[in-house]
Amino acid sequence: MASYSTNEFKGGLKFLMDGQPCSIIENTIVQPGKGQAFNRVKYRNLVTGRVLEKTFKSGEKVEAADVIDTELQYLYNDGEHWHFMDPESFDQYQTEEAAVADVSKWLTEQDMCTVTLFNGQPISVTPPKQVTLEVVETDPGLKGDTAGTGGKPATLNTGAVVQVPLFVQIGEKVIVNTEKGEYVSRAK
Amino acid sequence: MTVSSDVSVAETLKKRSQLLKTLRAFFYARSVTEVETPILSSAAVPDVHLHSLSTQVRIPGEAEKQSFYLHTSPEYPMKRLLCNGSGDIFYLGKVFRDGDLSPRHQVEFTMLEWYRLGFSMFDLIDEVIGLLQTVLNKQCKVERLSYREAFQAYADIEDIFTATAAECRACLARFKVPEVLGVEEDDKALWEQLVLTEVIESRLGRDGITVLYHYPAREAALAQICVEDSMQAERFEVFVNGMELANGYHELADSETYQYRFEASLQQRAECGLPAVPLDKRLLQALAQTPLPDCSGVALGVDRLFALQQGLGDIRQGMAFGLRDV
Repeated sequence: MASYSTNEFKGGLKFLMDGQPCSIIENTIVQPGKGQAFNRVKYRNLVTGRVLEKTFKSGEKVEAADVIDTELQYLYNDGEHWHFMDPESFDQYQTEEAAVADVSKWLTEQDMCTVTLFNGQPISVTPPKQVTLEVVETDPGLKGDTAGTGGKPATLNTGAVVQVPLFVQIGEKVIVNTEKGEYVSRAK
Repeated sequence: MTVSSDVSVAETLKKRSQLLKTLRAFFYARSVTEVETPILSSAAVPDVHLHSLSTQVRIPGEAEKQSFYLHTSPEYPMKRLLCNGSGDIFYLGKVFRDGDLSPRHQVEFTMLEWYRLGFSMFDLIDEVIGLLQTVLNKQCKVERLSYREAFQAYADIEDIFTATAAECRACLARFKVPEVLGVEEDDKALWEQLVLTEVIESRLGRDGITVLYHYPAREAALAQICVEDSMQAERFEVFVNGMELANGYHELADSETYQYRFEASLQQRAECGLPAVPLDKRLLQALAQTPLPDCSGVALGVDRLFALQQGLGDIRQGMAFGLRDV
């Protein structure tokens, strides 16, 4: 297994800690004038998403994690697994709820997502930055308010609930920013 | 300065130029002679934590190019000058340390190093404080603590000289320092260093200048051991805003002790799997002929001083170009 020494540490480096894939966010070298150097490392556990800190004596090694980000098409959810496909090789991947828990409400069949693979298995899914979804439920009243001064909750076809302007009606398609979970505009 | 606009580049250059002028004026006013020592040396510092850059030099008459090292500080040639009767001297210029790159480090950086004849460690501490107050332009609070007192005041460790590795680890846990990997459980010296760097140092010089003195004898480097307590060395460091700015010694005088400390460092290098380096025989010869006159010396990081003076977060912001810009 490949390994990295602390002198190869930099932001974005993927390594294994306690068997889990992690990515370095920040690496700071502590080099006293007369003393042992250390690396202060802030990193993200790519499975849990938690940000952690550890201090490594310089010269220590960590195992490299076989982690890649790849663009996959979301196919369908069979109630237990979410299925994705590489549109070029047609290789299919399936993932359990944990990897999509926070983002499943933005996933629409056929959409391209960034999927992080660890040892060939999906561990996290990043939906497109903007998705187009249909409003399936919202308060129909309050017509005529086009100034956008207020808002109302709307349930979208994936189950997500976002605040939309009062003029948005059931059956309309809207564009939503998935990072912020915010309405952007009506879709044509 | 690559991160700033053009206007502030010019301003920063002027302010830096002014700082160099202020530093030189400080020493000229005290009749300390500026010296230029060679950047290249056929010998290298054996200290296990300092990494010298090296280069190949073509010398007429020699079939093979010869290895030379870039100095990590002007200490050895300055000491040869002191042995030769130079009197008080200072060096203001570039030095090189391989592998050091962070908001507080550059591989190539500017060092101010000076030696004062007849100065005790405490005399030199006073002079460093005077210089810092001149540059930072304030009569700021000055805190003088022995190494032992700093562990009492900032880490609740009563006597660090007799504390165990376990006590140091417990201290790190108490201050919620993130887990440390790669240090043996019973490596007292390293756990002690971690308490210093992770718990204590960041809180030193928060509203002024903090001087730590009487470092442990095992970290004496080339400082004298205290006459009253052989556990302690006549070595000090100066901190402002949690950052180490200067490192000074009441200097060792005799050739044999230099030889002994150099060889201990070489031994340590071998234990760490680091290549041996040629020792500075000319320095040892000079000291054998005439011991170093009684003096104290200190090295100060000028880029750090400038960053503090200007409130910069990264020393590179105060340099015309950093390593990544050349």
